[in-house]
Amino acid sequence: MEHIRTTKVEQVKLLDRFSSSNKALTGTLYLTATHLLFIDSHQKETWILHHHIASVEKLALTTSGCPLVIQCKNFRTVHFIVPRERDCHDIYNSLLQLSKQAKYEDLYAFSYNPKQNDSERRRGWQLIDLAEEYQRMGVPNSNWQLSDANRDYKICETYPKELYVPRIASKPIIVGSSKFRSKGRFPVLSYYHQSKEAAICRCSQPLSGFSARCLEDEHLLQAISKANPANRYMYVVDTRPRLNAMANRAAGKGYENEDNYSNIRFQFVGIENIHVMRSSLQRLLEVSGTRGLSVGDLYSGLQSSGWLRHVQAVLGAAVVLAKAVTTESASVLVHCSDGWDRTSQVCSLGSLLLDPYYRTVRGFMVLIEKDWISFGHKFSERCGHLDGDPKEVSPVFTQFLECVWHLTEQFPQAFEFNEAFLLQIHEHIHSCQFGNFIGNCQKEREELKLKEKTYSLWPFLLEDREKYLNPLYRPQAQEFAVLEPNTVSFNFKFWRNMYHQFDRTLHPRQSVFNIVVNMNEQNKQLENDIKDLESQIKKRKNKQADGVLTKELLNSVRPESPMLKTSLCFKEQTLLPGNDALRTIDSSNPADNRYSEYAEEFSKPDPAVVSLEYGVARMTC
Amino acid sequence: MEFSELIRTGQAQAELLRGPEAPPLRGTLCVTGHHLLLSPGPQATPDLWLLLLRSVDSIEKRVAGDSGTITLRCKDLRVLQLDIEGVEATLNIARSIEALSSLESVITSFPFFYRPKGLRLGDAWHFHPPERYYKRVARETNAWRLSEANEDFSLCPSYPRAVIVPRAVDDDALARSARFRQGGRFPVLSYHHAPSRTVLLRSSQPLTGPQKRRCAEDEALLRAVLAGSRPGARGFIVDTRSAQTAKQARMTGGGTEAKAAYLGWKRLHRPLERGRPLQESFVHLVEACGDLEQSMDHWLSRLAGCRWLAHVKEALSTACLAAQGMEREGACILVHGAEGTDSTLLVTSLAQLILDPSSRTMAGFQELVEREWIQAGHPFQLRCAHSAFSHAHPKHEAPTFLLFLDCVWQLGRQFPLSLEFGEGMLLALFDHAYASPFGTFLCNSEQERPVSALDPST
Repeated sequence: MEHIRTTKVEQVKLLDRFSSSNKALTGTLYLTATHLLFIDSHQKETWILHHHIASVEKLALTTSGCPLVIQCKNFRTVHFIVPRERDCHDIYNSLLQLSKQAKYEDLYAFSYNPKQNDSERRRGWQLIDLAEEYQRMGVPNSNWQLSDANRDYKICETYPKELYVPRIASKPIIVGSSKFRSKGRFPVLSYYHQSKEAAICRCSQPLSGFSARCLEDEHLLQAISKANPANRYMYVVDTRPRLNAMANRAAGKGYENEDNYSNIRFQFVGIENIHVMRSSLQRLLEVSGTRGLSVGDLYSGLQSSGWLRHVQAVLGAAVVLAKAVTTESASVLVHCSDGWDRTSQVCSLGSLLLDPYYRTVRGFMVLIEKDWISFGHKFSERCGHLDGDPKEVSPVFTQFLECVWHLTEQFPQAFEFNEAFLLQIHEHIHSCQFGNFIGNCQKEREELKLKEKTYSLWPFLLEDREKYLNPLYRPQAQEFAVLEPNTVSFNFKFWRNMYHQFDRTLHPRQSVFNIVVNMNEQNKQLENDIKDLESQIKKRKNKQADGVLTKELLNSVRPESPMLKTSLCFKEQTLLPGNDALRTIDSSNPADNRYSEYAEEFSKPDPAVVSLEYGVARMTC
Repeated sequence: MEFSELIRTGQAQAELLRGPEAPPLRGTLCVTGHHLLLSPGPQATPDLWLLLLRSVDSIEKRVAGDSGTITLRCKDLRVLQLDIEGVEATLNIARSIEALSSLESVITSFPFFYRPKGLRLGDAWHFHPPERYYKRVARETNAWRLSEANEDFSLCPSYPRAVIVPRAVDDDALARSARFRQGGRFPVLSYHHAPSRTVLLRSSQPLTGPQKRRCAEDEALLRAVLAGSRPGARGFIVDTRSAQTAKQARMTGGGTEAKAAYLGWKRLHRPLERGRPLQESFVHLVEACGDLEQSMDHWLSRLAGCRWLAHVKEALSTACLAAQGMEREGACILVHGAEGTDSTLLVTSLAQLILDPSSRTMAGFQELVEREWIQAGHPFQLRCAHSAFSHAHPKHEAPTFLLFLDCVWQLGRQFPLSLEFGEGMLLALFDHAYASPFGTFLCNSEQERPVSALDPST
């Protein structure tokens, strides 16, 4: 609270990023302990969470006031013009303070109160249970067992307590192997494919340097391949580019030597590191944020940012995993440098391709909880929750979500959730409103007592489940059991709804999605009506049949039948508008209102904005 | 001429590879006058594979050992590979296909031989005659009339017999205006926008030449347009060339309307690419799409380099400009480029699609294509003679119509609920414009069609 100098500034203008400056909204800006709130003259509210603010910038004073540009982590960019420079300066300083917290305890999650009592909170945290998930996969079984080696986070601080390892791997082997792996992250099970008996395992890079070996590590890998009776060979996938891995050897790290390990096939898949990804996305946002961008510039910008190339590489690696498991029934061990960024991406995407369960709303939560949260993806550092090293910030998780989005585009029927679900999750990894993504590993989370002090995001998402459902989802379709995405270059496009989700002028003005959802709802309604009517008819028939037997019953039926009739008429009346709505969806009627609406829309006073496929080329006439 | 002269070997054993999705097909290959047939033999499935020879864009033959391979690249962008037994047979078949697929004469083409079942000739021809559209315009306004001044195609060889012109202008004035416009394409009504009572016109460039000639009748015609519209309406002339190119056109007798001579009209230049550069852009695009193994960077740079999407954007934004001018500014729009048969039609037809809900229906869109492309004299035969694979040097080829279809598709992406027809309709139109068993897209103008007696025989 002590950081807030001004709580309210009036006559503030909000500019649209992509239209000409004469169309600004005027309103009042409020500064609260957690949010920045702008209410325009139409009483429309824009809330910006302080934790979402990535950067605040004060531009040079102009005649109309002092411009303030705020860039958010959820890719919102707002441009205010504050009439008085002093106000602007106050807000600027307050926001600088408020958006960067030094301590975990100052994050929003610790003060957020959604009016739940303690037992509800506890139940919320128990909603996703990883032990249950491993059971669903079919472990522990005769080849894999739960290891308590990391019970007190002694072997590896960044791993969870419960780890699954091959049954024949004894504790000394595990301890030995962990000493040979960077940060002690030894090979453990990430996903077990029950019918193929193949496993996806993850670890960090070995400390092999130029010639070092470790017998225990070699034993552990052998144990993993032995745990798979279907295929003696296992793949070891290093997700880094070969050059990076070689360079690591000079620092005493590196990669597995095929000669030292029996039965492994080693392979690089060439995903760049977090620093490359960070600057790539930055470049992409710069390009897509340019006003009056030409088509040529857009594509050369997309190319020079390299973002789509990286997305392709990540997805390509996941395809390698899925192929090895399905076609060769081989187990795969994945690692990068520390095994918490690229490894998390590739393992989780690989599981997503292999297992339809992860493509459901609940399954996707489990997947994030398992491969990202429990295995120690450093959410707090990667998302910059606290004022820390900017070099540790990187959009690794955003990139994972984008890969999932590309899959939903290629397989529109295979996912239970829709784009809004992905966007909402992305919103909350930065919001710090819930405890799930705070901290960098399980140990840290326990120390912060997150489960006692904060709330879990998942029950809140499940509450709004309807909003996140994909109307086209077909869970039973056999062809979607294992997804085989096409990773040819032209299947990748710019994700406008992520990177321009708040620039409404760039979006199409008609939504097929809404229509389909409405239609489904109407269908459901109509089906219920039919059921209702059928059951009533049945009732009536039964009663009539009874009536033949006893005259008294017949009499009692009579007073009921007129009522039935009226309810029938009533139902017919409700049916009619339903049919009408369906007909309008049909869009065969040229006199339909929507057409004139379209023409009007098209000739809106602002420059006609037309976004082209593959991107957001804007055109201004 | 007999087709049999061109067919050297009628039959051969061959295997057809249709790309990765479809299984290869084995059977007897048979060359006929218009088709390539592959029959899998009596015992196998009765599914007969058939290819229209006219749709073959380029052919490539390779001989190895005692068998040969023919790669056919079709105008609808399919790539097919035929493995044929016997060197001699391969060479002969390749030569036959080459000869048969590049027949110049319209009369010998397949539509003249094609007889779909259950359809009588002449039935569906003139599905949408200009008279029909005039009836609609006449219901909305009284300022226009249907002129049959072009009855014998003497005024303008590329216009239909009947055109819609301002009521205040008589046929003699039209004749003089036609002489002042390239190819005789004087300004005619393309679309009347009832809500704002404005019109969309199209023409070709005026023949001002280096002496800056003027034509009183042409000026009167455009004045009459404004007078017939709502009071106080202004006019915009959308020139689809850059100011520079328009000026240069004076050297060859063309040019633009002088500001002083046309009161109330303002000129705007919106350069749209046409002809050679457009065709090259198309060829580059298809090349880029054909390479599945390329890296992301390579693909994006080729996509940017071919500039196809830039052309799409330019075309759409020019059409938006015209549509906005009519809807919001309440202005009349005259669109012309040089000849008025390519980018002009692109702009006028897209503007109508944007403004007019009825043109977004299935029937309305067919009418639009017929009225704004076929009857308005887009030279389909010249423009669509070859597609992207042809080795022949393009002279007149340009995928303007494809660009139009792409623009419509982009509109469909943005307004998924506004078009009654789907992507399939656009793809079918593309296929038929380049090679079709139907006569709809044959010839270059309304004048040529009766000459080749298209109506009664296709």
